[in-house]
Amino acid sequence: MNEVKLKKLEQTALRVREHIIKLSTDGGCFVGASLSATDLIVYLYTEFLNLNPTNLDDPDRDYLFLSKGHDVPALYGTLVEMGVLEAERLQNHLSTNDHIYWHPNTQIPGIEFHSGSLGHLPAVSVGVAMDLKISASQNRVVCILGDGELNEGSVWEAVMVAHAHKLDNLIFVVDRNNFQANMATEDLIPLEPLVDKFEAFGWEVCRIDGHNFLDLEEAFADLPYKKHKPSVIIADTIRGKGLPSIEARADRWFCNFSSTEIEQLLQELHGQQKAQIDSETLVVR
Amino acid sequence: MYEELLKNIAIDDERIVVMTAENRALIRNLPSVLGKRFIDTGITEQCMVGAAAGLALRGRVPVLHALASFLSMRAFEFVRTDAGIPNLPIKLSAFIPGFLSDGNGPTHQAVEDVSLMRGIPNMQVFAPANEQDLAIMLPEILASKHPAYIRICHRPTSFQHQKHFEIGKVEVIAEGTDVTLLTYGFMLEQTLIAAEILRAEGKSVGIVNLRSLKPIDEAYLVDLTQKTDLLVTIEDHFVTGGLYSIVAEIFLKKQIQAPVLPIALFEKWFKPARLQEVLEYEGFTGKQIAERILGYHTESIQPHIVASEFAE
Repeated sequence: MNEVKLKKLEQTALRVREHIIKLSTDGGCFVGASLSATDLIVYLYTEFLNLNPTNLDDPDRDYLFLSKGHDVPALYGTLVEMGVLEAERLQNHLSTNDHIYWHPNTQIPGIEFHSGSLGHLPAVSVGVAMDLKISASQNRVVCILGDGELNEGSVWEAVMVAHAHKLDNLIFVVDRNNFQANMATEDLIPLEPLVDKFEAFGWEVCRIDGHNFLDLEEAFADLPYKKHKPSVIIADTIRGKGLPSIEARADRWFCNFSSTEIEQLLQELHGQQKAQIDSETLVVR
Repeated sequence: MYEELLKNIAIDDERIVVMTAENRALIRNLPSVLGKRFIDTGITEQCMVGAAAGLALRGRVPVLHALASFLSMRAFEFVRTDAGIPNLPIKLSAFIPGFLSDGNGPTHQAVEDVSLMRGIPNMQVFAPANEQDLAIMLPEILASKHPAYIRICHRPTSFQHQKHFEIGKVEVIAEGTDVTLLTYGFMLEQTLIAAEILRAEGKSVGIVNLRSLKPIDEAYLVDLTQKTDLLVTIEDHFVTGGLYSIVAEIFLKKQIQAPVLPIALFEKWFKPARLQEVLEYEGFTGKQIAERILGYHTESIQPHIVASEFAE
């Protein structure tokens, strides 16, 4: 990846993180989960997927499904930066005047399917991948899952079915930020060894640093890793990435910051002094 | 018959994709005919419904096959969330609903499926009475733009149904002033027997096939209260949420008072056994139904009940 492209990706991701921070007030949002998925979503939309503002209804497009759902602020921000979603609409967050809320819905251009109930979109993406095969299309389907979401049995149904049906046009990306709603994944329902789990289910696995665009470029460079096999990219990430004052903390999942805290967090994002956070974390599930 | 009909529709319409969660009883010969448009996801009702949503997003009309209890309950939230919310034309072919699960036991008894499925916005609910009724209804159901739950009953019949089916309309089999029997699905078979016994006892008996449970023929049911003294709802379903509830909701909404006798399962699953014995034990043979309505025993003969076809 050349310097210019890398710089551009980093700048886009920075602006998306600004959008996320601005959404984490006046009702709040799942800020920690959104910040961990930001670089993945920015990379997928701007580099990997055959998606742009003009082809969103074209049957010959790639598909992105956001299965964990509560990372949708990262997608809102990315869609704004791509010119798909009007930036002003983010002002309508949690307003009945619009459709901008805590989970994805198809009233937002660029969002293929609603989510929020965990463990659904792996199956939906399997169905789309099946139809692309039936239709002899070369397009691909990417489904972003949370690591906590892997607790759901329906994820593993989809994993088995995708393998059985040889869906090599299907790519799961696990946002491995090591936390689920209230605690570290390994303290509740341990997921490791995660690579072995997927391999045992017949998937080809790649594990990378989900905040490193060079890693992402390499991981997405030649998919599928093996013909007739579905691929999974386990992206090691940090909950709250970009804001050291809330990074990798179990209690910074859903946040509703004050306007003063938002100002400080925006400064912190740009490398200035750390924010002083007094707001308590809410647990919304 | 069902298989032949579905095959012909699917051959003509590339949008149709036949799916199953490894319940192939009714569709054994379709894999070779439909090729990639036949998808068996294994014993994964949830994944099958989710995948159907993905296929429907791409313009397909998936027709899903599984046992009624697992399709309506194991996969319930997937049906509600992935078919109901986006209003996708996913068609659920539910095998052995109600008494048709005969000897399987309560795990397999779909006797709350109508209640669950009709509670989902956008979802349509149908209950063909037998293979002929199913054949008459299926093309319309598959052509509808909405998701649909089909309580499959494909038992052979000598009864001649009216050939016309319209979603949201009843089939009026007979009109009568003393009592009108309202039923759907498998229970039509026993209802016809009950009606004959009632007639032999001098009653004027109406029979209505509520093959379209949602949307329901509200206007017909409201009008009926003016024409008959007693309504009887007959269903192999819990009394909660089924036809009796549907009728009660309509009459309450329209502020109509009418005597309605529910014949249904009250707060219990049915005793698993051979079909004939289930009906006798639970009091659902035509003769028993007629006698409950009359309030006395008769000398009438209950005809033999043909065994159910599947044990899964």
